[in-house]
Amino acid sequence: MTSENENKIIVTSSPHFHTSKTVRGIMADVIISLVPAIIASVVLFGYRSLLIEFVCVACCVLFEYISRLIMKRDVTVGDLSAVVTGILLALNMPVSIPLWMCVIGSFAAIVVAKQFFGGIGQNFVNPAITGRIVMLVSFSSAMTKWTAPLVWRTGVDAETTATPLSFLKHFTGDTSALPTLKEMFFGIRGGTIGETCAAALILGGIYLVARKIIKPVIPLCYIGTVAVIMLIAGKGSLTYVAYEILSGGLLLGAIFMATDYSTSPITTKGKIIYAVGCGIVTSVIRLFGNLPEGVSYSILLMNILVPHIESLTITKPFGTEKKKKEKKTEEAA
Amino acid sequence: MAEKKKINYGKEFSKGILKQNPVLRLVLGTCPTLAVTTSVSNAIGMGIAATIVLVCSNIVISALRKVIPDKVRIPAYIVIIAAFVSMIQMLVKAYIPALNKALGVYLPLIVVNCIILGRAEAFASKNPVLASACDGLGMGIGFLTTEFLMGTVREIIGAGTWFAGIQDLLVIFGNNPLGGWNGFDFTEGLAKTGLAPITLFILPCGGFFVFGVLMACANKLADKKHLPKAEKVGCASCPMAENCNIKSGGNCEKPAAAVKGEAE
Repeated sequence: MTSENENKIIVTSSPHFHTSKTVRGIMADVIISLVPAIIASVVLFGYRSLLIEFVCVACCVLFEYISRLIMKRDVTVGDLSAVVTGILLALNMPVSIPLWMCVIGSFAAIVVAKQFFGGIGQNFVNPAITGRIVMLVSFSSAMTKWTAPLVWRTGVDAETTATPLSFLKHFTGDTSALPTLKEMFFGIRGGTIGETCAAALILGGIYLVARKIIKPVIPLCYIGTVAVIMLIAGKGSLTYVAYEILSGGLLLGAIFMATDYSTSPITTKGKIIYAVGCGIVTSVIRLFGNLPEGVSYSILLMNILVPHIESLTITKPFGTEKKKKEKKTEEAA
Repeated sequence: MAEKKKINYGKEFSKGILKQNPVLRLVLGTCPTLAVTTSVSNAIGMGIAATIVLVCSNIVISALRKVIPDKVRIPAYIVIIAAFVSMIQMLVKAYIPALNKALGVYLPLIVVNCIILGRAEAFASKNPVLASACDGLGMGIGFLTTEFLMGTVREIIGAGTWFAGIQDLLVIFGNNPLGGWNGFDFTEGLAKTGLAPITLFILPCGGFFVFGVLMACANKLADKKHLPKAEKVGCASCPMAENCNIKSGGNCEKPAAAVKGEAE
C-alpha cells in the first residue's frame, strides 16, 4: 500500500484534523462529574434517591433502545447519553416522588424531546429539562413536596419542609427561618435530590472544566447575571445574593443542563448571550413570577432561542466579505 | 369544471374522513381543535355545531355561486357563514347553556373557522349544491371524528374521565336521558393504585402533542393507502391540489414574501 501511494498527492475532503474525543468518552466524563452529586443525594436524602436514579437511568436507556429499534435506526445506547439524561432527570426530583412518575418523565425526556427529533445532537431542547417540566406541569404537588434533609437517618417518616426560595420570595433581611449559608453550601436544605449540595455540584463543574468538556463561559455568565440582578433587587445585600445563588436548581442547571452541547450556542459570543438570557429569565421568574423557581423554564426558553442566537453570532469565514446584497433583500422583504 | 364530469357523491363525502381530513391532512381549523378538545363532551358539541354550519353554508354558497361577484366573494361567504353561526349560537344558548358556557368564545369563532371558509372557497364556490352538501358533511364528520379522538386521548390521560358532563350536552333530550350516567370516572380507581392523571394533556402543550401524534398516525394510514404524505413539499402531494388555483405555478409551499421577492 505504501509503495503505491509514494510520490502521489492524496486528495481527501475536509475535515483533516480529528480529535480523539468520542461521544461516549465525553458522556463518561459527565457521568464521573455527577458522581459527587449522586453521593450527596444519598447522604442527604437516603437510599431512595439511589433508587430514583436507578429507575430513571434504566427507563431512559430502555426507552432509547426501544424507540431506536421501532424507528429502525442504529441503536445508540452505547454512547451513554441516555444515562446522563437519566441521572440529570433523577437529580431534578424530590425524594418522595412516586416511581411511576419517573417512568413518565423519562419517556418525555428520551422519546418525546430526543428521539422524536432524531436522537443525540438533533434535539432542540435539553431532554432532562423537558422531562422535568413535563412532570412539574403534570404532577405539580408531587414534584414540589420537599422532604427535610438528613431526617431519613433518624427514622422519622417524610418530614416536609419548604425550600429556601419560598422564604426568599418575601425576604426582609431576617435569615432566622433560613438555613445558614454553610448549611446551604453543603446542601442541608429542602429541595430536589441533586440540586441542594452546592459543594458537590461545583466539584463536578471543576472536573468538567479541567477535562475541557465544557467551557466555563455559560455557568459563570449565567450565575453572574443572576447575582447582579439579585444584588440590585436585594438593595446591595450580599447575603441575599449568596442565598439566591445557592438555592433552587441554579447551580445544577447552570453547570450541567445549560451547557448541553446540542442545545447551547457554538461561539463564545453566542454562549454569553445565551447564558445572560438564562440568568435574566431565571431572575425575572424568581422575583416576579408565581413560581418560586425558574431555572428549568429559563433554560428551556433559551434552548428554543439557540438557533436564532447562532444565526446572529455566526463567525465570518476568514477572508470573505460580508454579503451586502443579502441584507438589502432582507430589508425589502 | 366539475359540472362536466360525473360527480361521485360517495367520493365527495368520504374524502373528508381520511384522505382530505380537514384537521389532520389539510391542517385547517387547528385553533378550535386544540382549544376545545379538553373533554369529549365539548369536542362532540363543537364538532356537531361546526358540521351543521359547514353543511348549511356549503349549500347556500354553492346555490349562490353564480350570483356572488368574484371580487367580493370572501365578505359574501363570511356573511352567509356568520348568519348560520348566529343561529347555532342562539340555539345552543337556549337549549344547551352548559355547552355555550364550556365552548365560550370558540362558538361564535366558528365564523372564521378555516375549514368552513376553506371549503366554501375551494369547493362550494365551484360545485353544484348536492356535491357541496356531501363535501360539507364529509368534512364535518372528519372534523368531528378528529375532535372526538383528540378529546378522548386528552380527557382520559389528562383528567382521568371519559364523557364527563355528557349529561349537559344531552339536556335537549329531556332531563335525564341516560339514567343518571354522566361519563366514566377513572380517578378513584387510579388513586387506589397510586396513579394520577397527567395534567399536561389537558393543557395547551398536551393538545399540541396529541395533535402531532394523531397527524403522524394519519400520515401512516395514508401511507398504507398510498396517499401522499401531508408534509411532503410540492404540489403533486398536496391534498388540496385538485381544488387549487395555482397548482401550475407551484409556488404555494413558499411563503408569500419569497414569491413576491422573486417577482421583483
